[in-house]
Amino acid sequence: MSSSSNIFASKQGRDKKRLNTSWLLWLVVLIFLALYFGVPILWLLIAPTKNDGQLLSMPALSIGELRNYVQAWSNLMVYGDRVVLLWAQNSLIYTLSSVFLSVAISVPAGYAFAVSNFPGRKLLMTLTLITMILPGSAMVLPLFLEMNLFQLVDTPWAVIIPASFYPFGVYLSYVHFSTALPKDLLAAGRVDGCNEWQLFKHIGLPLARTLFALLSFLSFTANWNNYFLPFVMLNDSQLYSLPVGLQVMATSTPMLNPVFAAENSTLKRPEAALVVLLLVVPVIIIFLVAQRYVVSSALAGATKE
Amino acid sequence: MHPLQSRTFYRMSQSVLATKSVSKVQRNRRRSRSPFHAAHLFVLPYVILMVLFGLAPGIYALIISFAKFVGGRPQFFQAGISNYTTAYSDLRFLPALGNVFHFLLISIPAGIVGVIFIALWLHARPGRLATGFRTLFFIPGAFAGPALVLLAFFMLSPVTSPFGFLLRAMGFENSAQVTLPDNYPVLFTVIGFFAGAGGWVAIFYGALNGISKEVLEAAMMDGCNQWQTAYSIKMPLILPYIAYMAILVFAGNVQLFAEPQLFGSKYWSPNQLSYAFAFEIGNFGASAAISLLMVVIGLIGAGLIIKFSGFYETDATAS
Repeated sequence: MSSSSNIFASKQGRDKKRLNTSWLLWLVVLIFLALYFGVPILWLLIAPTKNDGQLLSMPALSIGELRNYVQAWSNLMVYGDRVVLLWAQNSLIYTLSSVFLSVAISVPAGYAFAVSNFPGRKLLMTLTLITMILPGSAMVLPLFLEMNLFQLVDTPWAVIIPASFYPFGVYLSYVHFSTALPKDLLAAGRVDGCNEWQLFKHIGLPLARTLFALLSFLSFTANWNNYFLPFVMLNDSQLYSLPVGLQVMATSTPMLNPVFAAENSTLKRPEAALVVLLLVVPVIIIFLVAQRYVVSSALAGATKE
Repeated sequence: MHPLQSRTFYRMSQSVLATKSVSKVQRNRRRSRSPFHAAHLFVLPYVILMVLFGLAPGIYALIISFAKFVGGRPQFFQAGISNYTTAYSDLRFLPALGNVFHFLLISIPAGIVGVIFIALWLHARPGRLATGFRTLFFIPGAFAGPALVLLAFFMLSPVTSPFGFLLRAMGFENSAQVTLPDNYPVLFTVIGFFAGAGGWVAIFYGALNGISKEVLEAAMMDGCNQWQTAYSIKMPLILPYIAYMAILVFAGNVQLFAEPQLFGSKYWSPNQLSYAFAFEIGNFGASAAISLLMVVIGLIGAGLIIKFSGFYETDATAS
């Protein structure tokens, strides 16, 4: 582990002892951190194995019975005649549409930034950097006013189209093509008589497979979790995405709000935990599969190459 | 035809042919050298979206902020600066701004110190174990918006939380005592760190991995212990990322909306107040006036990043 034991061979014994105690300290601190980051997720996974009463009476991390999971699910399905499934479907449609549009639009734009010094490029790059750093939520209310003008409020388009504007995706594509695409290759292609479209199709795109995966992943997680935009744009509960629906459930049922405790609703804490799981499990799975991409992408955004 | 004539004709036709072929070559060459038209086609859809959703909302909000609303219809340029005075002199405006800055004052230093500590701590013994922990810390990044707030509710309620013993030790008996607006800045910091720290740790850890082994070994040879290596060698090398993180966290946190909204406090942050102006009393002008202030704050953050992080160096190396 530590190279100090090789360098100071004579002190090896003493070092080993010190290494063990310091290693232990190192591990203990990380375990404490792991409790902070991990226990809430562990709790969430086992929460629906208990009914509402058991959640309050049993020790927090004790496991109940699996059939309570089934019970919580059927309680959830009763609410609003399976409206949760409709919200999940809406979420999936909005997210996948935005992912498709944002990737299809970002990749060619980033490619053009990387391979050609066209007039207006510098201005567009600057605007890209600014809009990329400006948090999306800063623009939501102005976007609402604009969509209101176009009479697109309360339609899926009000959520899908603004989310297709993805300057970070353009920036990542630009970084990808300017590092992964050899300029000589393009020059050779031109000598062989390729036009710009053919160059992009036959040289650019085949080199962009990891880029597509990365952008799809990033765009998916961002849009799947997007809450403020659909919350402001959508009024019709049939159009809600899952995060908006979850928020409405949380504030209008006895799930969390004691004001509604008298109401005869089946929605209680286990059902709330189940909806949260419905939202985060897909993202966690993708996280674990794509972790390597994510880390490198975060770096691509953070550093200068 | 006279022979001379024919000769002249021949020459002329030759020269015309020649210029024709030259111009053809030139045209081809121009096309291949400067693919202006193709590049513009490639960026066109993006430019349309940029104009529609990057620039237009800001400009339209600016126009709206000077408009008067009568029966929900805007009368442009009729309001003067009255929307601004209405919004900024609202009794809830300064408290909301103060709340968010209180939150920033806690969340930014705590976030930066916490993330640097975890990254350096992990990197003291790089290996499989450290990578495993890093992955674990990263997973809460899947939580955002209502899902995150709901989980936080359960974790902050002494009766359901696995951390209930801690909350009770601090004197909290029920969730209402925990989720008081006075506690929001600390609570949102703890919640935000849970969801956001892992991503930054991964970035910093990646940067630390970029430090060459020779440098670290040389430091060992010179008698540096782990603390000294971390403080004198690793820290300075990740400092550029810290400014970047500080500004991004600032720009993101200043836009706070979901957390106080779901915790049940309706006018806690400026974005909530802006939302309330628009959807509770239909004063879109005042709503736009607050939104614009938040956009300007975000733009200042963006400008600082671009200025200090050297994004343009990437730009310059491209072509």
